[in-house]
Amino acid sequence: MIVNIAFYVFALILLASAAMVVTARNPVHSVLYLILAFFNAAALFLIAGAEFLAMILVIVYVGAVAVLFLFVVMMLDVNFAELRSGFQRYMPVGAAVGAVLCIELLLVLTGWKFAPDAVRVSLGTATPPVSNSLALGEVLYTDYVLLFQAAGLILLVAMIGAIVLTHRDRRTARHQVIAIQTERTTAETLELVEIGLGVGTKTMGFFRPKPETLEPASTHNDPDADEVVHGGGGHGGGGHHAPEIR
Amino acid sequence: MLPVGLGHFLTVSAILLVLGVFGIFINRKNVIIILMSVELILLAVNLNLVAFSGALGDLSGQVFAMFVLTVAAAEAAIGLAIVVIYFRNRGSIQVEDVNLMKG
Repeated sequence: MIVNIAFYVFALILLASAAMVVTARNPVHSVLYLILAFFNAAALFLIAGAEFLAMILVIVYVGAVAVLFLFVVMMLDVNFAELRSGFQRYMPVGAAVGAVLCIELLLVLTGWKFAPDAVRVSLGTATPPVSNSLALGEVLYTDYVLLFQAAGLILLVAMIGAIVLTHRDRRTARHQVIAIQTERTTAETLELVEIGLGVGTKTMGFFRPKPETLEPASTHNDPDADEVVHGGGGHGGGGHHAPEIR
Repeated sequence: MLPVGLGHFLTVSAILLVLGVFGIFINRKNVIIILMSVELILLAVNLNLVAFSGALGDLSGQVFAMFVLTVAAAEAAIGLAIVVIYFRNRGSIQVEDVNLMKG
């Protein structure tokens, strides 16, 4: 009796929230009604005896899919009022299709009866007197193990596809190329420069603000400075060639 | 066996499926609501599978409901990714604007 009342309450809330999903003015409200619909569907699953699926429905749908919808709805800056402009225009077509489908399903439901030996031809074993999760696991990992692996593959492909589709490669981003990092040797990055005693100290002097006149600074044309630069380059070349000889 | 009649479950899931199809038709412009309607339709399918599984005492229905759930999750992820990149390229998610391929 209580189960019947619970069933009707949950079914009513489920159908009402499903109707609100498709007719709500604001898509964020639609997503929230979708979450409510999933919760009530999970309750119906519980009444039907599928406890594991009810929990999976709450975790996967409410925890992942509905939140994904919510993220996308809030992330896209869309004028949703404009999207609803054809609502009245499409209503007759939608109502006609819905009515036809509803009548067909009513015909099916009223003229439907159980085949008497349908229970005997059922594919799997009868439900053993253990918990639903244990029974489901015993079937899933033995009879349906290939389908289980295929489901995992589908999820992998979906994950890779979503990442590849939405990943944006910015030009200004700094990428880490691991191959280049591991190929680096000490000889390529560091070089040993031999500098004579006191060379360069003459030209460096001290730092001061540049004078306003545009005359070239005398230190850059200093022959001593050139000599230092050439010396460093020569040693650098030697440093580069060293690993190839070795 | 089910504590509630199988017909009740089937009626609820039939109404849910009709609501999903109805939602696709009246929200012809908004891709996100269409995706949500597809989720509702798949939920109706799951409800049917679970109800028959309970009525027949056969666990295969629940196993298949789980696979339907997997495919629905993958479909939602891919669909929303497509919506996001379409919005990034065209600045709109109207279904009528998706005419680049002149299909």
